[in-house]
Amino acid sequence: MMSKLIFGRYIPGDSLIHRMDPRAKLLLSFYFIGIIFIANNWQTYALLFAFTLAAITLSGVKWSFFINGVKPLIWLILFTVILQILFSASGGKVYWHWGIITISQLGLVNGVYIFCRFVLIIFMSTLLTLTTPPLELSDAIEYILMPLKAVHFPVYEVALMLSIALRFVPTLMDETEKIMNAQRARGVDFGEGNLFQQMRAIVPLLIPLFVSSFNRAEDLATAMEARGYQGGEGRSKFRILKWHARDAWVTLGFAVLTAALVFLRA
Amino acid sequence: MAITFKQVDFTYQPGTPFENKALSDINVTIPEGSYTALIGHTGSGKSTLLQHLNALLKPTSGTVTIGERVITPETSNKDLKRLRQHVGIVFQFPESQLFEETVEKDIAFGPQNFGVSEAATLKTAAEMLALVGLPQELLKRSPFDLSGGQMRRVAIAGVLAMQPDVLVLDEPTAGLDPQGRLEMMEIFARLRHERHLTVVLVTHQMDDVANYADNVIVMDRGRVVKTGAPREIFADPQWLLDHQLGLPKTTAFARQLVQRGWQFERMPLTEDELAQDLVAGLPQSAFGEGHDHDE
Repeated sequence: MMSKLIFGRYIPGDSLIHRMDPRAKLLLSFYFIGIIFIANNWQTYALLFAFTLAAITLSGVKWSFFINGVKPLIWLILFTVILQILFSASGGKVYWHWGIITISQLGLVNGVYIFCRFVLIIFMSTLLTLTTPPLELSDAIEYILMPLKAVHFPVYEVALMLSIALRFVPTLMDETEKIMNAQRARGVDFGEGNLFQQMRAIVPLLIPLFVSSFNRAEDLATAMEARGYQGGEGRSKFRILKWHARDAWVTLGFAVLTAALVFLRA
Repeated sequence: MAITFKQVDFTYQPGTPFENKALSDINVTIPEGSYTALIGHTGSGKSTLLQHLNALLKPTSGTVTIGERVITPETSNKDLKRLRQHVGIVFQFPESQLFEETVEKDIAFGPQNFGVSEAATLKTAAEMLALVGLPQELLKRSPFDLSGGQMRRVAIAGVLAMQPDVLVLDEPTAGLDPQGRLEMMEIFARLRHERHLTVVLVTHQMDDVANYADNVIVMDRGRVVKTGAPREIFADPQWLLDHQLGLPKTTAFARQLVQRGWQFERMPLTEDELAQDLVAGLPQSAFGEGHDHDE
């Protein structure tokens, strides 16, 4: 059920992409999403696809993971594409016209472009999460947020909350599954009956989950205090992020890609 | 109610990249009225097997027969509720399943789901609370005010209130103090005789297996590697160690005696057996001239 979600999971590996600095990966992923919008003809989209495929191949992660990453969002994508096709202003050759609905050449082309954008964005962000352990990601976010300390933004606290939250996602998932099974064994039907009955069935799941989260938080806070935690200021770091030559090379690759995109742009 | 597994395989998340085979080719029967212990190293598939006992999981191939019902991979989820009333499962750390405002309501929750009237369930709740050894004044208290051990008992009472024919216990005494452990194990043994329950116990405590079980299933890496009476299972200590299992304390002690030349006719499993065998094996003179050994 929930465990079928691919997005947000990490697959251990030892590829170039796996070994990259998480800061580089995170920033470059955002950068990639930005430059997707430079593309506006088929050559540029082909270039972006080639780049993404190369990155996926480099990562050594199986193709099926990426396809499965797109699957849960396919209805959203199709909905957007169809809206785009049906309602874009007429341009180029008009194939069909009825009331406010117009299917034109421009609309079709735009639909295809939007589809490409969605797939590229999902592929790249799936690649980021599949090749980066969640804790490295939260380290990267902490580093990137550091300048905000100047405006009294609680960077350490946010980073700590983020890494604790990430750490407990699988634990809470297991807990949910366990409590669901225990209540099923006591005769609760999850996901059956009308809306009201379904909502009522959630109560025996939600209350124990909240209670156990409170207990867990209390235990964790006590354990942290007992180990001398007094806040983020003045702590040293165990996992130190290092910028390697490979990160510079990959960044250079993105610069070349950007230049090529601008050049090929219509 | 007997439960029979026939060529059961189970795979988690089949057809995804995270596929994980947890059970393979399980052929095993839990006879009606038996006290079956399910033992095995951590990760050997005990808990997965346990969830097949009331169809929380359905086999990926093969069949599980629970009483009259046959569960196959194609069985629909629709009408499994009746089955779950007959097979009560006490999961590990069951105190995490409590949620109602009062202890009474929480115990009554299970039977109410199976359509028993409110008045009847509240009466059952009071009986069950007494059965697990808690005072009646707890009935109106919130379950979250109780101590860990009391919460555990309330949760177990909630499962017993459904009046199951088969009681499945997944490490019911983990984390309890020695006194509480002994009490709980005695309650289960007593219930079994009073209500003719079939009991399935998942445990790492070999002492409990030796003291209570009459049938043992040993699992290793998703397969059943041995079944039999506790005496047969514990007869081969080296085999148990190879499968990362231990011996009951009594048997381990008896084994040390054997290594120093003592001879037992049968390997003692419980303290009583050990004491009897030792007394029988001692020469009469050991008790002293003219003295009775009862003294």
